[in-house]
Amino acid sequence: MGPLVPTIIGNEFNLLIGLFIGFAFGFILEQAGFSTTKKLVGLFYGYDFTVLKVFFTAGITAMIGIVALAHWDLIDLNMIYINPTFLWSAIVGGAIMGLGFIIGGFCPGTSVCAASIGKVDAMFFLLGSFIGILIFGEMYPAFEKLYLAKNLGAARIDKIMGISSELFAFLMSLMAVAAFYFTQKIENNVNKIKTEISKSQRNKYIALAVLPFIILLFITILPSQDEVVQKRIADAKEQKKCVFHEINADKLLTEMINNYYKINLIDVRSPEAYSEYHIPLAINIPLDSIFNRDFENYFKQTYKKNIFYADQDTIVKMACLSAKHIGKSDNMILNISTTEFRNIVYNIENPGIEATKQEHNLFHFRKDAGEKLLKLDQVMNKFNTIPVKTKVNKLGGCS
Amino acid sequence: MEEKAKPYMNPYLAGILMGLLLLLTVFITGRGLGASGAIKGVVVKTVNTIAPTHAENSVFYKNYTQSNNGNPLRNWLVFEVIGVIIGAFVSGLISNRNGFKLEKGPKVTNRTRIAGAILGGLLFGLGSQFGRGCTSGAALSGMAVMSLGGIITMFSIFGSAYAFAFFFRKLWIKK
Repeated sequence: MGPLVPTIIGNEFNLLIGLFIGFAFGFILEQAGFSTTKKLVGLFYGYDFTVLKVFFTAGITAMIGIVALAHWDLIDLNMIYINPTFLWSAIVGGAIMGLGFIIGGFCPGTSVCAASIGKVDAMFFLLGSFIGILIFGEMYPAFEKLYLAKNLGAARIDKIMGISSELFAFLMSLMAVAAFYFTQKIENNVNKIKTEISKSQRNKYIALAVLPFIILLFITILPSQDEVVQKRIADAKEQKKCVFHEINADKLLTEMINNYYKINLIDVRSPEAYSEYHIPLAINIPLDSIFNRDFENYFKQTYKKNIFYADQDTIVKMACLSAKHIGKSDNMILNISTTEFRNIVYNIENPGIEATKQEHNLFHFRKDAGEKLLKLDQVMNKFNTIPVKTKVNKLGGCS
Repeated sequence: MEEKAKPYMNPYLAGILMGLLLLLTVFITGRGLGASGAIKGVVVKTVNTIAPTHAENSVFYKNYTQSNNGNPLRNWLVFEVIGVIIGAFVSGLISNRNGFKLEKGPKVTNRTRIAGAILGGLLFGLGSQFGRGCTSGAALSGMAVMSLGGIITMFSIFGSAYAFAFFFRKLWIKK
């Protein structure tokens, strides 16, 4: 389902959404105290750890939320912008930013906030940021080598560490809770105070600290949407329960010749098998990529019939069941394998003089129909009916 | 401001709200929050306007303009940051915190503070280009989507700030 942009929400409307999201972002930042250097810099001198608390809590909340959404298939992680990793540039950039943080007292987001409520120092910080980016732009040729060095692509840390995203979120939550506890002690030490918290308040904090672990536990225990669907599709009982509309070779030939425009003939075998041989006019959607978003329109439409074929009965049935999960399209399966189809239509031999009239009719029908189908295929190829993978530009980050 | 400013929100509550907002942002738009990217949009727009031929010949400006369909200000982050300005202003208004003020450490002159703010901003702006995002875009949003680069940048920002904190303590605290 998610992300809603660009499939459900257009890119233009998205800009308006950005305005509203920004409003909430600015409001929360300001309410949290990020509009004053006193709070921001406190983090580095130990007298105020608000920034750490807000930042880490926000990061963990969003991280666990994304893990949960992905687990129940409510968001497609392949469509989400993952900041690309250029190792050296990331380290050097971070180090420069850290220095800027301690000298300037702000980061870009917080300086915008602070400037909005009239902090003059923040306005000068913004002016500085403008100059800094300009310097980078002007000196880009000199920086380019470092900027593009050690490209690891859209690397995800859980994948690199070889652990599940749930486990990584668990470790981060653990780290955050420990950090909150100890920084509070440091903060009290530096300020020479003792925080008095009531029992009910303490219980609230404990409950809050335990919450992320409970959510993660639930995510780990409960099967993911993908597992549920795959299990149901592979289940032999389900396959038997489901009534498959079957079609035979001759019926298919008649339908294709007369109503090819009302039919999607779908080859669910591997791309290799498809390119080696496929029934004319067929398109290729391999079984393992049926759930790919690029193809969902085939299974969500109701004006064209989908006819699946493969070499094995179970594969074609699994494909048909998968399609049923995606949408309400009218699905059928070819009752014979690719090879059989090829044999009875294209490798057919004249039955000879002794054959019955019926056999002769069948021979001529198949021969003619097979040729017509080939011709149709040639004509249609000119219009390029093969599904073109739509490329979605993933934009994001600050770049 | 005659009235006293209202206290700040509980940091954990603010954190949860911000996290939910970030989650919503990712769910709707497929991307995270950001800030420095908007300033970049303004920089590129400025260069495009003042020195069009120069911008045309420079990879950095040209790439950015192209990836925003020719208009650097028609960028999601620019709209988002306009929202931030309004949101922060409204929040300041509600909590009585609006008003012109130059905030600085106890032992610092106005001139030093302004110079520090400009220099700090300059470094942050420069660093955000190398880091492909700042504290919001790279560190916070990167952490939420478990981006390796984002998390490295996050540790690098805070590690470096802690490492330099001692040397610049006179800017901020009495000791």
